[in-house]
Amino acid sequence: MGERILMKGNEAMAEGAVRAGCRFFAGYPITPQNEVPEYMSWRLPEVGGFFIQAESEVAASNMLFGAAACGVRVMTSSSSPGISLKQEGISYCAGADLPIFYADIVRGGPGLGNIAPSQGNYFQATRGGGHGDYQVIVLAPNSVSEMANFPRLCYELAFKYRVPAMISADGILGQMMEPIEFDFEPIDPDTLPKPDWAIGDATGRERRVVKSYDLRVGAVEKQNWERNKRFEAIRTNEVRYQLEYEEGAELIVAAYGSCARVAKSAVMMARSEGLKVGIMRPITLWPFPTEVLNELAGRVENILVMEMNLGQMVQDVKLAVEGKARVHFYGRPAGGIPTSEEFLQKIKEAIKGGPVIPIDPEDI
Amino acid sequence: MEKVFERTRGLTEVRMRYCPGCGHGIAHRLVGEVIEELGVREKTICVGPVGCSVFADEYFNCDAIQGAHGRGPAIATGIKRTHPDLVVFSYQGDGDLASIGMAETIHSASRGENITIIFINNGIYGMTGGQMAPTTLLGMWSTTSPAGRKAEVEGYPFHMCELLSSLEGATYLERVAMNKAANIIKARKAVKKAFQTQIEKKGFSMVELLSPCPTDWAMPPLEALKFLEEKMIPYYPLGVYKDWEEKVEEKEPEKVGVEK
Amino acid sequence: MPKIEVDITRCKGCEYCMIACPHEVIALSSTFAPSGYYPATMVKAEACTGCKLCAIVCPDMAIEVWK
Repeated sequence: MGERILMKGNEAMAEGAVRAGCRFFAGYPITPQNEVPEYMSWRLPEVGGFFIQAESEVAASNMLFGAAACGVRVMTSSSSPGISLKQEGISYCAGADLPIFYADIVRGGPGLGNIAPSQGNYFQATRGGGHGDYQVIVLAPNSVSEMANFPRLCYELAFKYRVPAMISADGILGQMMEPIEFDFEPIDPDTLPKPDWAIGDATGRERRVVKSYDLRVGAVEKQNWERNKRFEAIRTNEVRYQLEYEEGAELIVAAYGSCARVAKSAVMMARSEGLKVGIMRPITLWPFPTEVLNELAGRVENILVMEMNLGQMVQDVKLAVEGKARVHFYGRPAGGIPTSEEFLQKIKEAIKGGPVIPIDPEDI
Repeated sequence: MEKVFERTRGLTEVRMRYCPGCGHGIAHRLVGEVIEELGVREKTICVGPVGCSVFADEYFNCDAIQGAHGRGPAIATGIKRTHPDLVVFSYQGDGDLASIGMAETIHSASRGENITIIFINNGIYGMTGGQMAPTTLLGMWSTTSPAGRKAEVEGYPFHMCELLSSLEGATYLERVAMNKAANIIKARKAVKKAFQTQIEKKGFSMVELLSPCPTDWAMPPLEALKFLEEKMIPYYPLGVYKDWEEKVEEKEPEKVGVEK
Repeated sequence: MPKIEVDITRCKGCEYCMIACPHEVIALSSTFAPSGYYPATMVKAEACTGCKLCAIVCPDMAIEVWK
């Protein structure tokens, strides 16, 4: 804490996880997140932890399931196609109420797509991701500093609510170097209380079972309702966002992650031209900052959602504003990285009430 | 008069839901007895499969985790790496281990993961109702090979002990059968040896138990025992396929590549 | 005298014990157990040697042996 160091996003996130008590990482190589397993492969043994390169993403997520069942702070990371494969283990963790932390350094898709930055997995992340009725906590950093400090928050929330928690970033954040500071002291997991649900040495206690199935009539429905109470508590208590220049704003721009950085530059350019534009950056994509957007919608006529996809978060924004404001969208999918000038133009279109004209694919 | 045979403390009191004559019950008892005999019940973790034995977590009297189809060895890896002093076994059927979980099986064996696998080979998918398994014999009927398994259509059955025996990380592999008392006594010894392999940190151990499935073989239990003896054992020869106690001296692998 | 005790709530009547027994001590009962199966029962109690083979092959751990 207090020490200012220059780090790459992926490595900062890995180091942040280790400092937050991560002692088990199972991964599989995929660009653009390879620095994470590479870093963990030497860093975890230094602190008495365990790194394993699995035979596949499917296996990695199930290794996580096993270690998490023992109460260990675990992590995996991947990128789009790999995260799809990991949904098996993640769904089992969700079904067995296990806290895990994972990161998706999103790349362009669908399919193999490309390795360019993208926000095309917003739906996958914020709707659970795998099979079944569940949610995962989704944090969307927009700086290397947040990449470094969010793992601690993920563990804290995951263990508090017994749900998976993830970081959704992209290759820009993963590959970029910035000076960072850790905002917490390193956590020694051995000093943390041992969860009363963890399997392990059963000497002197009743045996424990970690599982996601129950074939008795009504049992899984009841379990789902119980879990939903925790989802509701998360929706109530854990919404995080950053709101700037909303005072007197005529237009609110909504954007997250690396896209929010470009959006912020465009907002500053617009404001220097005298346009009254504010910016709202969801930090938790789930739980989504629904209430604040609803409240803002009562004050501004236009909201412009900017994403690096074909329009995913915009659906949550529309649900949030309940028709109280016009919601515009501008997006670039699968590696299209908008410039601040491009965004500025869209701000000018939106503040007049639209229409916001999409990019002509011929111009890419 | 004293009781000379009673239920093992390695199993719970729950009545097992298996069909009459199913081999799972015998295999459960062998594992339960070995866990009790070795005094490791409180340090043992059962990794349950998907299949007829999905309820393994209710039957084994130890901590348990139930995971996805075929991923037992991966789950066991996560537990064992972080808790080397626990005794971790993955209980799996043939569809689980040799089909959907083939990668996990082979890689955990190749890594020499210090875990034990109890592999029940009855050549059929039981819980889903008798579909073709990777170990279904040639000519054998199943609901998805209704004309009998043909090599040119469905390919050949897997011999898992033979396959894994080529891997350096696999240290104890034995195939046994549960068709008669003499073989079941041998099977118990094999299960014990497998657990000892793990306790002595010798690496990956697996016991393949040929097991009757009267219901999905569509025959009465006694006929199933006969089928096991006359059809399965000749195709899947019994015996030890790998044993660390009889291993020749190990060579250090040559270092290749450059060190940074 | 050696004997076996069959837990009729566990026995499913697979007959494995019958063929394992070297002295034909065991047969299936002619009456149903509450589970709906005909459970194993001792029919030649005097021939039992307490050898445990029946218990060893029993898939349901329904047999306890006394000697």
